[in-house]
Amino acid sequence: MKTSIPKNGEPMGHFVSDAAFDPHSIEQLNDEQKAYYLASQKKLMWWKFKLHKLAVVSGIFLALVYISILFSEFLAPYDLNHRHVKNIYQPPQSVHLFHEGQFVGPFVYGTKYELNLETLARTYAPDSKKIYKLSFFCSGDKYKFWGVIPADNHLVCVEKGGTLFLLGTDRLGRDMLSRIIYGTRISMTIGLIGIAISFILGISIGGMAGYYGGWVDNIVQRIIEVIQSIPSIPLWLAIAAIIPVSWSPILVYFAISVVLALLDWTGLARAVRSKLLSLREEDYVLAAELMGAKPRRIILRHLVPGFMSHLIASATLTIPSMILGETALSFLGLGLRPPVTSWGVLLNEAQNINVVVLYPWLILPVVPVVLVILAFNFLGDGLRDAADPYA
Amino acid sequence: MVNYLLYRLAAAVPTLFLISLLIFAVIELPPGDYFETFLAEQEALGETVDPKKIEYLKETYGFDQPMPIRYASWVWGLLHGDLGYSFEYELPVNDVIGSRVWMTMLVSFITIIFTWLIAFPIGIYSATHKYSWGDYGLTFIGLLGLATPNFLLALILMYFANVWFGTSIGHLMDAEFIDQPMSWAKFVSVVEHLVIPVIVIGTAGTAAMIRRLRANLLDELQKQYVTTAKAKGVPPFKALVKYPLRMSLNFFISDIGSILPSVISGAEVVAIVLSLETTGPLLISALKSQDMYLAGSFLMMLAVLTVIGVLISDIALAFLDPRIRLKGGRQK
Repeated sequence: MKTSIPKNGEPMGHFVSDAAFDPHSIEQLNDEQKAYYLASQKKLMWWKFKLHKLAVVSGIFLALVYISILFSEFLAPYDLNHRHVKNIYQPPQSVHLFHEGQFVGPFVYGTKYELNLETLARTYAPDSKKIYKLSFFCSGDKYKFWGVIPADNHLVCVEKGGTLFLLGTDRLGRDMLSRIIYGTRISMTIGLIGIAISFILGISIGGMAGYYGGWVDNIVQRIIEVIQSIPSIPLWLAIAAIIPVSWSPILVYFAISVVLALLDWTGLARAVRSKLLSLREEDYVLAAELMGAKPRRIILRHLVPGFMSHLIASATLTIPSMILGETALSFLGLGLRPPVTSWGVLLNEAQNINVVVLYPWLILPVVPVVLVILAFNFLGDGLRDAADPYA
Repeated sequence: MVNYLLYRLAAAVPTLFLISLLIFAVIELPPGDYFETFLAEQEALGETVDPKKIEYLKETYGFDQPMPIRYASWVWGLLHGDLGYSFEYELPVNDVIGSRVWMTMLVSFITIIFTWLIAFPIGIYSATHKYSWGDYGLTFIGLLGLATPNFLLALILMYFANVWFGTSIGHLMDAEFIDQPMSWAKFVSVVEHLVIPVIVIGTAGTAAMIRRLRANLLDELQKQYVTTAKAKGVPPFKALVKYPLRMSLNFFISDIGSILPSVISGAEVVAIVLSLETTGPLLISALKSQDMYLAGSFLMMLAVLTVIGVLISDIALAFLDPRIRLKGGRQK
């Protein structure tokens, strides 16, 4: 019988690799698989987030809006308080490219102003004989960049003698577009400051309630119940009424964001509390406790990061209510006051039906409000889905 | 069950106590009181006020007393159904609010029914046709309603109602019907005037409700018992309504708590814009002019209603869902 064992000194009848033996060689992942299966949690979240196209678009839009508030002065065609006395309640002008079939580049027509002596209505008609060209990156109204650096650069200005009111002017002849751009700065940040305050309150109070449980939890629960059981607008009003009239506009601005935050933290605190109640039974908390970690460290270092993404997502969804709250308060005359310019303050001028009929462009600040709130909602939805990438 | 009921009732007492403290503090916090505002106003108008009247009012309502005693007498009055005296209207608060409460409740109930009628079909459609164009479109419209400031929507609709249908602007009825006994013409006028407030106040609530119903229903529809039911040949409609829909309505019942106070207060800002004769504008003006009994008692009433509402919804939930009944608490 033939044996498979070769005689002494003869080569083996089959191939034997010289490489070291690795029993897991078949299960090994190639690079592509590795990138997929061993991706970090952050990466998984990003992938999941990217699937929600609307959320990505909203995120980019909001990022652009926030970047724009850094350069409000530069983006606005006119200074915030520049009054064009001759152009009160002027309707929006449009930008043209061609004049009588000839390409001229971007320009606006001049306007002819007439006072209708019968109705006392101001009428502005475009005057197609006068052409004012637009130029970019040019010098215009002087301003102080961020209130400090004097400058006069603008993104777009019009030739001398012409006016550029893309969204019309208000009762004092101030350019609406510029005012909306300046208002963005206040309206967009008031939500951020408010959410920051309510984040701190929510995490610390909800964290204490969830971590300690027992009577601390009971008291916190009662307080939250109390705050939630009073309708928000009257309570905002009542607190806003405490703000002294003599305060400077900036102080009022901070006070209003605090007011908004004071009523908003309850939802967040509830979320933190219920998460902590379940998480504090985990082994790693016991381990941390045994190693002598203080409650503050355990909550902030070990517990909160575990559901931070959820918190951020839910915070994104509450920013819109703050922005709307500011508009409602300012609309009632108890929020921000001129000279501070926010979307709510601008809408305050669109209070009565006359405005809607006669000067409809004064309600245009509602467009950014709606866009921003929609964007925050979509972004929040996307973030919420992405916060739990394993689901 | 009885134990649970008793526990819930007992827990409401400290909550109400805390609420009364908070409201009293909020009302007291702004510097000055109504009389100072009033005096300043009258002096600005060049009129003189009999100081005796002010003295008398201050004494009757205990403004010369220290704060804790005033708080105690306010609460004591509340417990006896005496809401205090409105200085601005020179009437007991009960009378001031009473005349408006019915109109407010009418507006609010119709609004709530409108919200339900719109939100339910849309929410169910969105959940069953997930990610379809219909779902996207309807959700988007709902969100748009949520994102538009109410007062502006009110203004714009008011304008178009006037242009297209010739409905007079604002108020709850035509001027000639105010203080008139109920008649068919008055009824028609009220109904005409109700359309806009109902739509405006309803939009925001509708959007929120669609989203929540959709999310809850989607969660339920993914569960295995639905698949089982379908596999066993239960007709699609029944497979939707019998269990998943019922399960997803828990949130709806727990919403009762927040609905009750809004029935009474109405949407304040919208009511101001449309100059509706509801209680909302009353409350706001009371807060502004520091008419403290009117504002405080009214806020307290709203808070009590919320607590009652939460209580009702908790009891209803306990009846419907044995898991809650047996655990003795609401699940979040």
